[in-house]
This record gives sequence, structure tokens and C-alpha cells, in this order.
Amino acid sequence: MKAAVILLPGLNRDRDMIAAITRISGQPPVTVWQTDTTIPDVDLIIVPGGFSYGDYLRCGAIAARMPFMKALQEKAAQGVKVMGVCNGFQILLEGGLLPGALMRNASLKFVCREVELEVSNASTAFTGGYAQGQIIRCPVAHHDGNYFADEATLKRLQDDNRIAFRYANGTNPNGSIDDIAGILNAEGNVLGMMPHPENLIEQAHGGDDGRALFESALGLVAA
Amino acid sequence: MKINNTAPITDELIAAHGLKPDEYERILSLIGREPSFTELGIFSAMWNEHCSYKSSKKWLRTLPTTGPQVIHGPGENAGVVDIGDGECVIFKMESHNHPSYIEPYQGAATGVGGILRDVFTMGARPIAAMNALRFGEPEHSKTRHLVHGVVSGVGGYGNSFGVPTVGGEVEFNARYNGNCLVNAFAAGIAKTDAIFLSEAKGVGLPIVYLGAKTGRDGVGGATMASAEFDETIEEKRPTVQVGDPFTEKCLLEACLELMKTGAVIAIQDMGAAGLTCSAVEMGAKGDLGVELILDDVPVREDHMSAYEMMLSESQERMLMVLDPAKEEEAKAIFVKWGLDFAIVGKTTDDLRFRVMHQGEEVANLPIKELGDEAPEYDRPWIEPGVWNPMASSEFPEAEDYGQAVLTMLGSANLSSRRWVWEQYDTLIQGNSLQLPGGDAGVVRVDGHDTKALAFSSDVTPRYCEADAFEGGKQAVAECWRNITATGAEPLASTDNLNFGNPERPEIMGQFVKAVEGIGAACSALNFPIVSGNVSLYNETFGEAILPTPTIAGVGILPDWNQMARIGTMKDGDHVFLLGGDGSHLGQSIYLEIMHQRADGPPPPVDLAIEKRNGDFVRSAIRNGQVTSCHDLSDGGLAIALAEMCIASGKGMEINPGEADLAHALLFGEDQARYVVTIPDADANFFAINAETAGIPFRDLGIVGGDALTLTGIVSTTISVADMRNAHENWFPQYMSAEQAPIAAE
Repeated sequence: MKAAVILLPGLNRDRDMIAAITRISGQPPVTVWQTDTTIPDVDLIIVPGGFSYGDYLRCGAIAARMPFMKALQEKAAQGVKVMGVCNGFQILLEGGLLPGALMRNASLKFVCREVELEVSNASTAFTGGYAQGQIIRCPVAHHDGNYFADEATLKRLQDDNRIAFRYANGTNPNGSIDDIAGILNAEGNVLGMMPHPENLIEQAHGGDDGRALFESALGLVAA
Repeated sequence: MKINNTAPITDELIAAHGLKPDEYERILSLIGREPSFTELGIFSAMWNEHCSYKSSKKWLRTLPTTGPQVIHGPGENAGVVDIGDGECVIFKMESHNHPSYIEPYQGAATGVGGILRDVFTMGARPIAAMNALRFGEPEHSKTRHLVHGVVSGVGGYGNSFGVPTVGGEVEFNARYNGNCLVNAFAAGIAKTDAIFLSEAKGVGLPIVYLGAKTGRDGVGGATMASAEFDETIEEKRPTVQVGDPFTEKCLLEACLELMKTGAVIAIQDMGAAGLTCSAVEMGAKGDLGVELILDDVPVREDHMSAYEMMLSESQERMLMVLDPAKEEEAKAIFVKWGLDFAIVGKTTDDLRFRVMHQGEEVANLPIKELGDEAPEYDRPWIEPGVWNPMASSEFPEAEDYGQAVLTMLGSANLSSRRWVWEQYDTLIQGNSLQLPGGDAGVVRVDGHDTKALAFSSDVTPRYCEADAFEGGKQAVAECWRNITATGAEPLASTDNLNFGNPERPEIMGQFVKAVEGIGAACSALNFPIVSGNVSLYNETFGEAILPTPTIAGVGILPDWNQMARIGTMKDGDHVFLLGGDGSHLGQSIYLEIMHQRADGPPPPVDLAIEKRNGDFVRSAIRNGQVTSCHDLSDGGLAIALAEMCIASGKGMEINPGEADLAHALLFGEDQARYVVTIPDADANFFAINAETAGIPFRDLGIVGGDALTLTGIVSTTISVADMRNAHENWFPQYMSAEQAPIAAE
């Protein structure tokens, strides 16, 4: 399985993401620059975290209007797996690949700490390596991770089992509605999440709870 | 429209530029005529305290700065130290005190931005940051506002740039009511054969301006930072720069790409005094002249005068000498990253600093005298007084020792700093092995299976106030000890010397003695100073800060699998105290918190014992005997044990030993001490080793349960949950409390 990582000015967890994919899959991902109008044939496209375009205007808003986005939307429509983490999640929302919005944290402060996540749907292309309802550790690091959707959208996400991860055991760090940490599109091939599984994949990170997510998305374990 | 570059040079104008009459006389005799307005600005920028180190240079020269591990010591943008395998760590600490007090968010943010640039201008990718912050007393009307702004500013810049903050300090004291301290540290890693310096080489080569455009922000910032504060402080807000971490991140990537092309002959970031300082430094170091054409400088605003362009401290800018053969390749990189790339001048062979604007020469000055031959003072100083020894029996005991531990843990200065460091990205880059909250931050070195670097920043200003020499020694010793407590070998350090007005002999005396102490400790511990920064004039209405010589250090761990942490002890482990029982209460935090006293001499530092004990602890950690380790500092043994219990979630049953006075045994701040936990099976062996090495030790007790139980001289049980509550609650409660009404000042 091949992966691609989108590179944009101001992203800063691109190197973490590339390192994680390389370590887990044994091969480095291809990279796609902001102005590229095509994305190579890969099985998984990742939009990593950071502060693309300085978070100016609105997190992810400028990224969603750059040339790569049209290519990303096309790939997603073709069923290629797409995963956005942190700023990548914000970018997928702004690009219309996922519903809802990410607002400033309820604390109004940047927060970097480890939280607990419940795997709310283990039957997806991204979460098959986990057990349904499993509680995993995962770090967060963001200023704008407070997920919000209107009532109808939220109900659809809940009813269609499109909430992949929820903050568990009172660890919701940002005030997200229904403790939402990660959601899927209707087709199940696009995942957006605020936490950083790429920072918890090996002993040096103090644990490897994030690893199964990549193993599932990269097809290294049976989904 | 022709922009006016002239102004009459009056006495008032000269004084407003922070130039003393004798300094102006020196200018006149140097150039043989009255300087132009632009030239006056250039002299003011180069000769202020902040840029010229004119009061401190004489003393800084006495510091030990060399060693087999040191590749570049002070004099470059940052110090460079060998870490093996063809790589080096490049690091420095720098203050942004004055701007942070005037405008806390931007002041702190640009402090972080400036130190990161110092590191990557040398070719290193930043891998770790720390911040040593000092604020006024919590009750002061400005403190909460400053804490909030500074912490947000540090996080806002560092998080967006993408460097993990792995350590630092936050301290409160009334002596910082009028001047907060923001000391920012950054470290990066580079290839030893690809280090970039500022020394220009070659005549007639293009000088290229890189990065963000020049605006009017920060004009006169370095001069502002070289003066005391008074009632005009609010008028100084425009001298604070405005940071843009997005541009800095792009500049980092563009510069590292550019450096790989071979296009860079010399490079210098624009920090204090912006274009002036960077151009003069490159020329003066390379024994070359520099000619700048200001009409070619990318500007953000119309009608900027030569004076404004030369003194602007707009952020995220670099100046480089380019290999002309690589111009197109170099330019393409900056276009890709959306940054400016403009040829704004050339190197010359006449040792003049010439500035052209609108077809006219607005400055023509001797470059060496501006730069490395700036004025230097031997300011008068007096030996600070020191305390007579005071026996512990002269200090009152605590009424209830269990309550005292909780009170101290929940105090402004000993409580957890989690509220602060959770606003910093501590995990980015995926290499953080130890986060803030332990003895030192530890980051693994990319591309190596086992190598890691440890970082710590320390100083105890109340010790320095009581005895500047011992306090200077102690700052170095504590930094060295914190690094050692992880199992790392301390390599080298950087100093950030924050003091009051050096024109007052008693302040200059503090500076002189502190530097002497730092030098003695760095020599004894083989911990050379490879970079640093001096911040003087930290005074408001004539009241100076506590003398605060912050020391930040770097150590190396060959194998992070053999690394100690504060909270990894196991049930049944033996708890050992190494280095002797507590006895010294002078200047202790116990006195400060429990009795609101600050008297007695600070604990003396015996550097030979410090080294012996530290070397023993490091070797025990590397031999895999130690399950957790913590150094003893503020609060002595009892607070160290409490912190280990909180970090591990485990209790301990402890008998601290026999003594006449429980307070000295529990809270004495005697130096060169550690607590380690050792598995039961190794405890005898460890004790024999300690005895053989001549290290005083005490088997204090056993890890287990959910409370810290003290027996013997005091009998008390404190639950880990209560200790954690006390420790964790102070900061968030303080910051969320309503702002108290502004007290009459």
C-alpha cells in the first residue's frame, strides 16, 4: 500500500507523519505540494497537522482554496482513503470533505496533553485494528479543536455510525459536542480527527496506541 | 515624493538615542564631523548596552568557553557543541524582558522567534525550546495579565513554528513587579561540516535580504531595552516588534533548503537593531566594508526613511552574502516559500559601512569601530555584602509538618506548572522522551536508535541576592545536577544574565560576583559557556530585579534506554538519599513560604562534592540500578519526595534520620543531593558502591502505598491525592480568579 502526505506552508507535523508512516510501513510516503494539481495513485492520502498559512483568516480556510484541494476532492470521490489530522481535519472541513466546524477550544487556550479516546466505530477502514469500544491513549495539541455540528448533522453522524473516536472518561480537552474527536464521511473513506496518533506509535513515545490506526489505514492488518 | 532623511542633531536628540555625552564625543572624534540623522541612529543601535555588551564584556571574557566538545563558543549567533557522529547541537538563551513587560504577547512571541532564528541561521533545525519566566508577586495587579500574555505568546509562536518546549521555569517574586523576565532558549541539530557563520568573505559579492518585509515596528527596540522603565512606559509600545511564526516557519524551511545549494557564503539573522546590526556584524567580522541600497529593501509601508529602515526590528528577516553563480537557484527557493529575496547591496574592500537612499549617501561610517570596536566600560563596582552564618536553630520550626508539606506544594513558587506547559506543544517532532515537570527535558536525536539530549534551565535568584558569588555557582550546579539526574552527561551551557542598572556600583558588584561564581562552577564541572546574553537595566523607578543569572545547559545520553525519570519507581524499591542530610535553611523556600523570611546565607556549593556525587549518580543510572531519580533543590528532601510521589502516584514510608531539628532535615536546601530509588535486590550493592565512592547516603525507606509517611523525628502521613491536589490546583485557580482590584501603588 502506498501513501501520500500533503505539504503546505505552515504545516509542522508533516515530518512526524512522514516518520510514522515510514516506520510503520517500511517505505516513505510520496509528498504533494500546495500547487500540485494532481496526486499520484496511492491508497491513502494524509493531510497532516500544523498551522497551514498561519491559521490566518480561519484554520484551514486558505488551504482549502489551494490547487491541491481539487485533486484531493477528486481522489476522495474515487474512494481513495483520505485522513486529516488536526489542521488536516480543519482543512478537510473547509474543503467540504467532512461536515461541521472546529471552533476555538472552550478554554480559549492551546492545549497539549494526553487524552483517552474511545473507538466508537471499529468497523471502518481506519479503525479495524482496534476493538469496538476500546479505550486508547492519544495526545492532542491544538487551539481550535472544539467540534460543532448543527443538530441534524450531529444526528446523522450518530445514526450512521460516522463518529470514529470520542474523548473518553472525562478527557474532552476542547468542549467538542458529543465528545467528538474524529468523524468519517458518508462513504467511510475520509477520516478527520483532532488527536495525533502519529505521536504515539513506538516505545520512545511512551506507548504505541496510535499504531493500529496506521496499520489499518495502510492495509497492514485485516480491517 | 522625496523622503526626508535629515534632522538637526541636538543634545536632546542625542540623549533620546541613549548616547551619553562622552559617547557622542567619541563619535565626533571617530568620524571627524557631525553625524547625519541616520548615522546617529546607527550608532545608537550599535552602541547600546543590548547590542554592544559595553558594561559586561570585560567580565564575560573571564568565563570558561572552551573544551574538546566545543566547536564554536561565544561570538557567533549561538554556541556549537559536538554530539558525535558528525553532528552538533547549536543553542543559546536570550532575554526579551523589556518588550514582554510592555506588550506581553508580542514581546514573548518575538523573543521565541529571535532565539529560533539565531539557531537556524547557523544551519540547524531547531529541536527543543525552553523558557525561563519570572513575574512579580501573584497579588500584584499586573502579574496575572503578564503571565497570561507571556505564556500565550511563547506558545503562540513556538507551537506554530513547530518546536517542542521541553523545559523551563516560572517563578514569582515582588522584585519582578516592575520588570518581568522572559528568557528564551532554543537548540537545534546540524551537521558539523555544514555550520553557517556570519563572517562575510569576498569583495564585490551581493548582499541579499531574505524573509519578511521591513515595516516600522520595533524601531529603536534595542535602545529601549537598554534603559530603565519610568512613567513613560506606555509610550514605548511601538518599540515592540510583531511576530509572524508562519513566516518564520517558511523562512526556516527556505533557509535550510538554500544552505544545501551552496549559495550561502555568510548569513546573519536580523535581530536587535535589524538591518544595521546584521550588516555591520557580517562586514566587521569579515574585515570587509558593506554598501547597502535602501531603495531595494522590501518594505511593508510607503515612505519609510533611511533611519526607519536601518533601525526597524521587523521580524523574520535574514541577510546573507550570496555566491552570485547560484542566484537563480537561490531565488527560486524563496519564491516557492512566498518570501522576499532582494539584492540590497554588496561587500566592499574599504571597511566602510555605506548606506544609500534615493541616490544619496545617508551614512558612511567606519565599520570596525561600529561593530567589534564599540565602546567598552570598566564600570565601578562594590563587593556586595554577605550574610553571617545562621544556625538552623535560629529559624522557627513548623507547627505541623504534614500541613507544611501541603502548604509548600500548593504555593505560588512550588506548585505544578502544568497550566503553563500544557499551552506549549511539548510533543511535536515525535522525539520528546521527558516532558516538563521532571528534572530535565529529554529529546531523542533523529536518525539514531539510542542517542538523546537533555536540557535544563536554572537559577535561584534569592540565593544570588543574598550572595551573588555562591548564587552564580549554584545556578550552574543546579543546571548540571538536573541534567545529571536523567543520566545524561552535561556538555555545555548558555547564560542569560539579567540584572539591574550597571551604572549603580552595587548592581555592577552583583554582576561581577555572579559571573565569577558562574565561571568557577563551569570550570569545576567542565560545563563551558558557549553562548549567552546580558540584559541590564531591569529596573523600574530605581528598583532592580533580583539578580537573575539564568543558566541553561545541554547534556547527552548515549542510550536513552538507560535514562532516569522522576516518577518511574516501583513498589518495594528502596529510597536512598545521596549527598548527606539536610542542615541549611538560610534563604530556603521553607523560610519564604512558611515564615515570610529571606535571611541567612544561601547554601554553599562545594563544586568538588557536586561533581563527585553527580558522577556517581550518573554511573548508577547508566548501570541500570536506578528506577527513578530526582535532584534536591527548592524545599529540600521533603518536597523532592513529595514530587516523586505525585509523579509516580505511589507512596513511600520514610524515616529521614536523626537530627535535632526536623525543619532542617526535611526542608534544608544543602546542595549536591539526589533521591534515587533502587530495587530491593540491588539495594545492598548500591549502598556498598556509595560507601566505596565516599558518597554520604541514607536508606530512607520503601516505596509503596498511597501516602507519604514520615516516621522518626516527625510522624505524619500525607496522602498522594492530597499532595497532588495541592500541587496541581494553585496555578489554574490563580489564573481563573477574578482580577483583584488594582492596589494603590
